[in-house]
Amino acid sequence: MDLQISIKKALGSFHFQVDCLLNRERVGLFGESGSGKTTFVNLLAGLLMPDSGAIFLEGQCLYSGEKGIQVPPERRRIGVVFQHPHLFPHLTVKGNLLFGFKRCAPENRKVDFPALVEVLKLGDLLKRGIANLSGGEKQRVAIGRAVLSNPRLLLLDEPLSGLDDNLKFQVIPYLKAVSDQFSIPFIFISHSMMEMRLMTDWVLVMEQGALREQTTAEDLARRKIGHSRMGYLNLVKMKNPRRSGEWVFYSWGGGMLSLPLKEGAEEAIFEVSSKDILVMKRSPDSSGRGNILKSRVIGMFPAGNEIGLELDCAGEHLIAEVTKDTAAELEICRGAEIFAVIKPSALRPLI
Amino acid sequence: MFHFLSSDYEAILLSLQVAFCATALSLPCGFAVAYLLTYRSFRGKIFLDMFLNLPLTLPPVVVGYFLLLLIGKNSWLGHFLYTWGIELIFTWKAAVIASAVVGFPLLVRSIRLGMEAIDEKMIQTSRTLGAKWYDAMVTVILPLSLKGIVAGSSLMFARSLGEFGATIIVAGNIPGVTQTIPLAIFDYASSPRGEATALSLCIVSVVLTLGILFFHELLIRQAGKKV
Repeated sequence: MDLQISIKKALGSFHFQVDCLLNRERVGLFGESGSGKTTFVNLLAGLLMPDSGAIFLEGQCLYSGEKGIQVPPERRRIGVVFQHPHLFPHLTVKGNLLFGFKRCAPENRKVDFPALVEVLKLGDLLKRGIANLSGGEKQRVAIGRAVLSNPRLLLLDEPLSGLDDNLKFQVIPYLKAVSDQFSIPFIFISHSMMEMRLMTDWVLVMEQGALREQTTAEDLARRKIGHSRMGYLNLVKMKNPRRSGEWVFYSWGGGMLSLPLKEGAEEAIFEVSSKDILVMKRSPDSSGRGNILKSRVIGMFPAGNEIGLELDCAGEHLIAEVTKDTAAELEICRGAEIFAVIKPSALRPLI
Repeated sequence: MFHFLSSDYEAILLSLQVAFCATALSLPCGFAVAYLLTYRSFRGKIFLDMFLNLPLTLPPVVVGYFLLLLIGKNSWLGHFLYTWGIELIFTWKAAVIASAVVGFPLLVRSIRLGMEAIDEKMIQTSRTLGAKWYDAMVTVILPLSLKGIVAGSSLMFARSLGEFGATIIVAGNIPGVTQTIPLAIFDYASSPRGEATALSLCIVSVVLTLGILFFHELLIRQAGKKV
């Protein structure tokens, strides 16, 4: 992506101003509701006209207040996936998918129909009307429709917000697959830190219509620990469990993590909050079982009133947090060996 | 039961002909005006809206009189048309114009309601997918406002069948030439032995209107299935 954007827009009492240069492929736009994320999308897609400034994408001027240029949305080649799929109800799934493809100049068609259908696994849905699709299927079709229009840039405007957690984590792999397979740069808009970490490499943080900072999703997540009720959500990928009685056991991080049987898929991603990881100087169980991971502190960082700990558990990484008093009491420092204890109920399955 | 003269049958046929022509002629204009009023911002939009709705509130006779002033032989437009050999006043074409003007606001209102029900994001999506404004108008807005178009057309057709005030002013009441069902009923009702025929024509009117309403429901259901 080669995007230069330097624009201003006043919408009543709300003032939007962004000035940045983006040259990464997987960019996130993070901010609370009302921070200007959707305004950003509308201005970039040409659905709203800035008051002043300029927008350049791959060297092409899309808007220039000075020169009086405003390229209409249909000539920008910027695909948009909104929060709701907005599929055309009078067309079938195939008709929806091909809407943009048919209007794309043949020389720009890099993503072809069969390849996309394969990646998004839409083959069985093609002849169906959109009324018969589930929420996740509708969003997959909306993503496919935008990708098939062969855009230079894809704007994903909170595409997962309208889905429940289960569907959300069903759609994420498809979004990632599309991004990997067809190498279309995207800007992913969300107010969910978890989605940012799963989808993006670089994040623009918006606040009250202005760009506050640019950083990585990981860095942002760590810095937000102190301000978040949920803490830092560690993603734990586990596979090949061993079942015993009513429990399943996954080998992870040099130890064994046990979960109730109903949670045990063959391959799954779990989230565990930094607040749910108990840090101890000595192992409470000499057998080494019971969700206890021997860890080494490889990083410490401020997290509001607490201290964030980056733990290395036999090659796997976890973020935990402790109060300053606890850190002092346990003599925690970089390089110290400690034990991280995770309650089985703290491991929540995502996918 | 019905003892109609040939001029009565002609009145029935003429009514259908006038209603059909008025609706067919108004439909493309009605769609365009509804599109303008729904999706475009321009100076004087509110006045255009008010002007278009005038025939809804004005007495039809007033509308007819204005039309007479506009297309009568003494008017600039009427004179211009006359030099081209086009004569409108006291022809069935004048009845079509009268019906079109009086029914037009109903048509536009229904289509606008249909258009306003379309999610704006859907239209924006079509634009980001490469559709120019006229492409989006034909491939997204038109099919999605089909219910409004059907409802507006039916309303206008029914209104045209019943048009009296404006028609009698610009087209007159000439049996076999410009006499429609309402005008014929008016004639029979004012003559001493015309009561039975007037009632028969009233029944024909009711049957025609019921037929339109039935057809309207059918089309709405069909449109609903597709959208």
